[in-house]
Amino acid sequence: MNNLFFSGAVFAGSLVAGFVGSLTGLGGGVVIVPLLTIAFGVNMRYAIGASLISVIATSSGAAAAYVREGYSNVRIGMLLEIATSIGALTGAAVAAFVPTAGLAILLGVVLFGSVFAPSHKEDVPEPEPADPESLGARIGLNASYPGPNGETPYRVRRLPLGFGLMGVAGLLSGLLGIGSGAVKVLALDLAMGLPFKVSTTTSNFMIGVTAAASAGVYLHRGYIDPGLAMPVTLGVAAGSLAGAKLLVTAPSRKLRMLFRGVILALAVEMIYNGWTGRI
Amino acid sequence: MGSLLRTGVVLACGVMVAGAVLYLVRHGGERESYALFHGEPAALESIRGILREGRAGDARGIIQFGVLAIIATPVLRVAFAVYGFARQKQWLFVGISLTVLGLLAFGLFDRR
Repeated sequence: MNNLFFSGAVFAGSLVAGFVGSLTGLGGGVVIVPLLTIAFGVNMRYAIGASLISVIATSSGAAAAYVREGYSNVRIGMLLEIATSIGALTGAAVAAFVPTAGLAILLGVVLFGSVFAPSHKEDVPEPEPADPESLGARIGLNASYPGPNGETPYRVRRLPLGFGLMGVAGLLSGLLGIGSGAVKVLALDLAMGLPFKVSTTTSNFMIGVTAAASAGVYLHRGYIDPGLAMPVTLGVAAGSLAGAKLLVTAPSRKLRMLFRGVILALAVEMIYNGWTGRI
Repeated sequence: MGSLLRTGVVLACGVMVAGAVLYLVRHGGERESYALFHGEPAALESIRGILREGRAGDARGIIQFGVLAIIATPVLRVAFAVYGFARQKQWLFVGISLTVLGLLAFGLFDRR
């Protein structure tokens, strides 16, 4: 197919990915690379490059709203971003030496993980107060957020663990062109004990910065093709925007299940393709 | 601050759309193959090159400039944070944000 048809088709696919991704909260980023490689036969390097740019666009667009509402903790985000960025730069640097088959398998595993990842349990009892002498407290990371009962203070715990997890999140982002939002939320919420809304919004703003770190490396290596990045980015951005506007009607469980099913199928496909050397 | 980010993304996308229109009008009938990886023309891999191509009116150069603008939005966000922390005299976090900015710059630094 010629460029016009190709761009149109990729745009349409990215639109759907962004839309369903934002509705279900599972992210459109992880689906883009499998979509491009499996459905469009795009080489994995180009696919990862294009996906990375779309991740930045969606993250910057979404983060805008949350920063305004005072949920995200910029101090924690910035501190952890040191770990994430180093991870991202490392991942991007190493990616050139990893055969695409290996990346395909890794992405498949990550896709599996994103479907079965532990999610926040709303009814977890309040943990004992964090040690006031902890690293998090001494640096001044403890803060408050607009909770259901007004300004609610919270504390940061297990900072070193969070740092390590963020490094892994960055590594995955740099290697696979994904946002790693799930890992980041895991680190902020489960590991460091931040309130859920703070975790998700802080993660949102961090995703763009992390992706920008590896994007530079990818750009210089020629992984980012404008003809491909354009329909993907525009499609995902438009789709996510539409999904966010429609978020007033909560996504049905059926839609979530369907999307998870699709991701699982893609995960199997990616691992299979990588294993048999088709990618 | 929040609207700055969003405005940046919207503007960058606008540039991409402009470049896209040009690209599809001029090269829509051609067939670009993405099946094999062969890198990009050197001009589209460096910031200097992209600016040059974009200014010359090359369609892909204009799109790539939009891509560059997208990458720039989180970088600007961090730069803003440096300023914000400095105003609040939170020097530790000024240092932390500058470190992140340095890491970002390292990734974006033109290799040639």
